[in-house]
Amino acid sequence: MASIISVKGLEKTYKGGHRALKSVDLEIERGEIFALLGPNGAGKTTLIGIICGLVRKTAGTVMADGYDIEKDFRKARARIGLVPQELSADMFITVWHSVKFSRGLFGLSDNDAYLEKILRDLSLWDKKDAKIASLSGGMKRRVLIAKALSHEPSILFLDEPTAGVDVELRRDMWQMVRRLREQGVTIILTTHYIEEAEDMADRIGVINKGEIILIEDKHTLMRKLGQTEVTVGLKEPLSSVPADLSAQTGTLSTDGLTLTYVLEGENAEDQGTDLIKRLSASGLDFRTLNMSRSSLEDIFVNLVHTEHAGTGI
Amino acid sequence: MNFNSIKAIYLFELGRTWRTLFQSIASPVLSTSLYFVVFGSAIGGRMEEVGGVSYGAFIVPGLIMLTILTESVSNASFGIYLPRFTGTIYEILSAPISVAETLLGYVGAAATKSLIIGLIILATARLFVDYSVMYPLAMIGFLVLISVTFSLFGFILGIWADGFEKLQIVPMLILMPLTFLGGTFYSISMLPQAFQTVTLFNPVVYLVNGFRWTFYGQADFNISVSLGMTLMFMAICIAIISWIFKTGYRLRS
Repeated sequence: MASIISVKGLEKTYKGGHRALKSVDLEIERGEIFALLGPNGAGKTTLIGIICGLVRKTAGTVMADGYDIEKDFRKARARIGLVPQELSADMFITVWHSVKFSRGLFGLSDNDAYLEKILRDLSLWDKKDAKIASLSGGMKRRVLIAKALSHEPSILFLDEPTAGVDVELRRDMWQMVRRLREQGVTIILTTHYIEEAEDMADRIGVINKGEIILIEDKHTLMRKLGQTEVTVGLKEPLSSVPADLSAQTGTLSTDGLTLTYVLEGENAEDQGTDLIKRLSASGLDFRTLNMSRSSLEDIFVNLVHTEHAGTGI
Repeated sequence: MNFNSIKAIYLFELGRTWRTLFQSIASPVLSTSLYFVVFGSAIGGRMEEVGGVSYGAFIVPGLIMLTILTESVSNASFGIYLPRFTGTIYEILSAPISVAETLLGYVGAAATKSLIIGLIILATARLFVDYSVMYPLAMIGFLVLISVTFSLFGFILGIWADGFEKLQIVPMLILMPLTFLGGTFYSISMLPQAFQTVTLFNPVVYLVNGFRWTFYGQADFNISVSLGMTLMFMAICIAIISWIFKTGYRLRS
């Protein structure tokens, strides 16, 4: 698939000398949901800011849908919708006016039917005449999304879209994101809720200290870096780890009652089920059995932690 | 030119005026009316004519100018400072619009508002003093030119300011004195020679003079000097704004 966003050698050094981005290369594929993860201050918002025109780059090139974001800024920006992290909206105007303004600002002529559809999709239609100041945080977030969609962008940036949003709203929002993707919109999101990225994204990029340290298909990432942990709670304490349960070495807790195996590699889950079969065949009496796959969160913490330790990956 | 974008910003800004109708229009009209009551009718009645024009009529152009200058600067500066302050500027910066389009929207709206206020004051003045306008077209032309120029100046101020205090300090500490000392209430020829020379460095003098000329056909300076100075000030403002957008000064980090 052709890239819809192509970032090459992107550098950003702020006035104070802080180097926020260090030669970043990134290709976003058309129609995908891409999650950009990284700790606070890693450069996520700077990267998004440059692509959307809020921050000036120091060096490098960015193409959006084939257009250079500086030379062809009109065409590039017309294709991009941005939902910022901060809940910044003009508080004293109505939802309807705000959305209408956004569409006009991006140079499009009125299309009230389209705007109505967006507001209905976001369950904002009954609030269209309410002043933005009177809305709850979650509703304001929806207004920002509606504004970003008002000019029919083919690329949508969501910077921490679910921060401070309750569970139900969050679920609605992800449904909407999936619908947008079905309509062909490419979505790039940053989030702190890693389980969301795990749930939603097709591909995941991890940025840390201004460098992209990993870009991977989500499933590949989970397989490659994921671990499966099998924990067996025994009825009778053991004095040593049984040798014949798994090719991997297990560990025994000091009281001899808990047996833990950490299984790695692409077939970690198969190893886990094998282990359980052997366990039941071995006649060992156990009380509890737990098998868990490591989450993206574990992988993420691990990655960033390793980076911090300076060993790289 | 992207007319939909310009229209969106322009109507949005005028909408702000509409929402704050009382502060926007009523207060400048009220304060200027007070000037007319005090200086035009009460004190003016006991003053001599200035250059063949009654004192009350003489100060009409100056007072309109005073309001136009302060209103243009405060409207335009507030118009661009507010989105910077609330963070909604992200939308303007990420929109596919050029500097010229942004300016036409913001400055156009601020200048329109000043123009409306100027015309309202002109009509209000009629209630207090008797005046005539010799060159009505030139008068409107000057009004537009000055509204635009000082809205540009206000736009610069709104981008430069990093707090609400600064927004108010410039009109209070610089604009007000320059306008008061710029011949709003007197003719330059009434001053001692030394002060007359100092006054020549005050740009507002040329604005007030040019504007007064359109009313009474006479002024301390030639109309072309006044026009030239106004256009020069406008060119300087446009140059500064181009630089602001080119370097991203206080807009794009």
